[in-house]
Amino acid sequence: MAAPDTVLVEAGLDALEARPRAQRGLPVRLREHGLPPLLGLALVLAVWQAVWAAGIEPDWVLPSPVEVGESLVGAANHGQVWPSVGQSVLRGVLGFAVSVAAGTVLGLLVGRLRPLRLAVGPVLAGLQNLPSVAWVPPAVMFFGVTPAALYSVVLLGAIPSIALGLVSGLDQVPPLFLLVGRNLGARRLASVRHVLLPAALAGYVAGLKQGWAFAWRSLMAAEIIAVSPALGPGLGRLLKQAQDAGDMRLAFCAIALILVVGIVVNMLVFTPLERRVLRARGLATPTR
Amino acid sequence: MSPPPPTAAGLPATPPAPAPHLLSDPPSDPGRDPGSEPHAVRLTGLGKSFARPGSAETPVLEGIDLTVPAGGFTCLIGASGCGKSTLLHLIAGLAEPSTGTVEVAGGHAALMFQEAALFPWLSAGRNIELALRLRGLRGRAERRAEAERLLTLVRLDGAHSRPVHELSGGMRQRVALARALAQQSSVLLMDEPFAALDAITRDVLHEELVRLWEQTGCAVVFVTHNVREAVRLGREVVLLSSRPGRIAGRWTVPVPQPRRIEDAEVAGLAAKITERLREEISRHGRA
Repeated sequence: MAAPDTVLVEAGLDALEARPRAQRGLPVRLREHGLPPLLGLALVLAVWQAVWAAGIEPDWVLPSPVEVGESLVGAANHGQVWPSVGQSVLRGVLGFAVSVAAGTVLGLLVGRLRPLRLAVGPVLAGLQNLPSVAWVPPAVMFFGVTPAALYSVVLLGAIPSIALGLVSGLDQVPPLFLLVGRNLGARRLASVRHVLLPAALAGYVAGLKQGWAFAWRSLMAAEIIAVSPALGPGLGRLLKQAQDAGDMRLAFCAIALILVVGIVVNMLVFTPLERRVLRARGLATPTR
Repeated sequence: MSPPPPTAAGLPATPPAPAPHLLSDPPSDPGRDPGSEPHAVRLTGLGKSFARPGSAETPVLEGIDLTVPAGGFTCLIGASGCGKSTLLHLIAGLAEPSTGTVEVAGGHAALMFQEAALFPWLSAGRNIELALRLRGLRGRAERRAEAERLLTLVRLDGAHSRPVHELSGGMRQRVALARALAQQSSVLLMDEPFAALDAITRDVLHEELVRLWEQTGCAVVFVTHNVREAVRLGREVVLLSSRPGRIAGRWTVPVPQPRRIEDAEVAGLAAKITERLREEISRHGRA
C-alpha cells in the first residue's frame, strides 16, 4: 500500500495540474460570437452607404443598400426569392450529399492503397485546382441544359476536396495510435472504425467544409451559365435575369442571397461540427 | 486478476544460441531451473535485424535469452540503440523476430508507451471502455462499471467523463495504466512510461505501479534509461549492450519493497550498475 502521504501528494498534483474546463453562459457566448459579425456587417453597409452618398457612380450602377433592400422586398412579393433560394439550396444539399458519399469512399481508398494514391492522387489535386466553372460547357454539351448537367458540375467541384481532406486526415494519424490499437486487439475493420476514422476526423471535417463551399460555388456557376425555363428557378438564374434586364439592384439582391445561404450553412452546420470535433480533441481553446 | 496459466504462444523456433558472453553479476536466481518455473515471458535466442536499403542487414538484437517469472518485475536498461523498444515490440507481437522464439503466458502482453497515447477523441473512461470492448467484453453497462473500477484502482475516481486533454501528464499515464490493466494480460510491458514526467509525479507513480503490481500479480517488463528508477522498481535489472543489443549483465535487487529511490541500498546498487553501463558505452567510443 502507498503511504497516506503519497495519496495526498498525488491528489494535490491532480488538483494543481489538471486544466479545468471553462464554463460560459449563453449570454456571454452570444455576445462574444454574435456581436462581432453583426458589427462587421454594419461596417460594410456603412461604407457602401457612404460611397453611394458620395455620388461617384450613378444609381443604376451603384444602388444604395436601402434601394437593394427595397428591391429584395419587391422581388419577394413577386414570388422570385423563396422559390429561387429553395431550389438552389435543395440542389446544393443533394449534390453535396452525393459528393460526401463518393468523396469519402474515394478518400479512404486513395488514403490507404498506395498504388491508387500514386495513380489518382495527382489527378485529384489537379481537379481541385481546376475552376469548376470550366466543367459547365462540357456538362451542357453532354447532358443538355438539364439538372444532370448542374449536378455533374457540383460533384466534380466537391468530390476532390472531400476526398483530399480525408486523405490528409488519414496522413496525419500518428502511427503510435495504430500501434496502440493493434496492442488493444483492433484488427482490420475494428482498427479502421475505432482508431483510423476517429483519428482522421478533424481533417475530414475540414474537407467537408471546403467541399460544401466548392459545391455551392460550382452550382452557382452552373446556374448562371446553363439557363433554361425547364430548369426552374434558382439563385444563379435570378442573377442572370438581373443582368439581362440591366437591373443592378436585383443583381445585388441575388449576390446577397447567395452569400447569406453560404454563411448560414456554415454557421449552422460546419462551424459547430468543426468546433465540436476540435474541442473533443483538445485542439481548440474554449473561446473558439 | 490472476495470471492465466502460461501457454507457449511460440513463434517458429531456431536452435537457441549459446550465450557465453553473458555476464551474470551476480547470477539472477542460483539453483533454479528456469524450465520448470512458471514464466510470464520466455525469450530464447531472440534476435532481430532490420534491412537497410543498400547495406547488409543490421542486427538490433542478438541472442537474447531471458525469462521473466510469473508475477516478476524485470527492468531493462541500456544506452540508446540497444533495442529496448524493439525488444518490447517483439514481446508484444507488434514485430516478428528474425531468430529465436517469444513465449508469453496467455499469448498476449499489454503495452504502455512513453506518451500516454490515449485516444484524444475519447474521454478517460471511454478509452478504457474501448480496450474492454476490443478484449471482447460485451454489454455497455458492464464495460462502464469495469472502467469505473479500473479508474478507482489508479485513484482517478470520477474522471470517467473527463476529456484526456484536460488531464495532467501523470493522470494520463494512470489512465493508460488502467487501460493496460483492462486488457487482463498476465504481462505488462512498459516503454519508459515515466520518462517525460517531473520528479515528484514520477515518485508517486513509482509507488502506484508497485502497489498495482502487487495487487494484480501480473508480471512487468519495464524499459528505462534511468538506472535508479530500474533499481527502485525491479526485482531484477537487466543491462543490454548496444548495437547489437545483447544481455550484458543482470542483477537481482535484494531490497524488499517498499523502497524509495533515495534509499542507500538503491543508490548503491544503481551506482554499481551505472559503472557497468558506462563501461558498455565507452566500448563504442574506442571502437
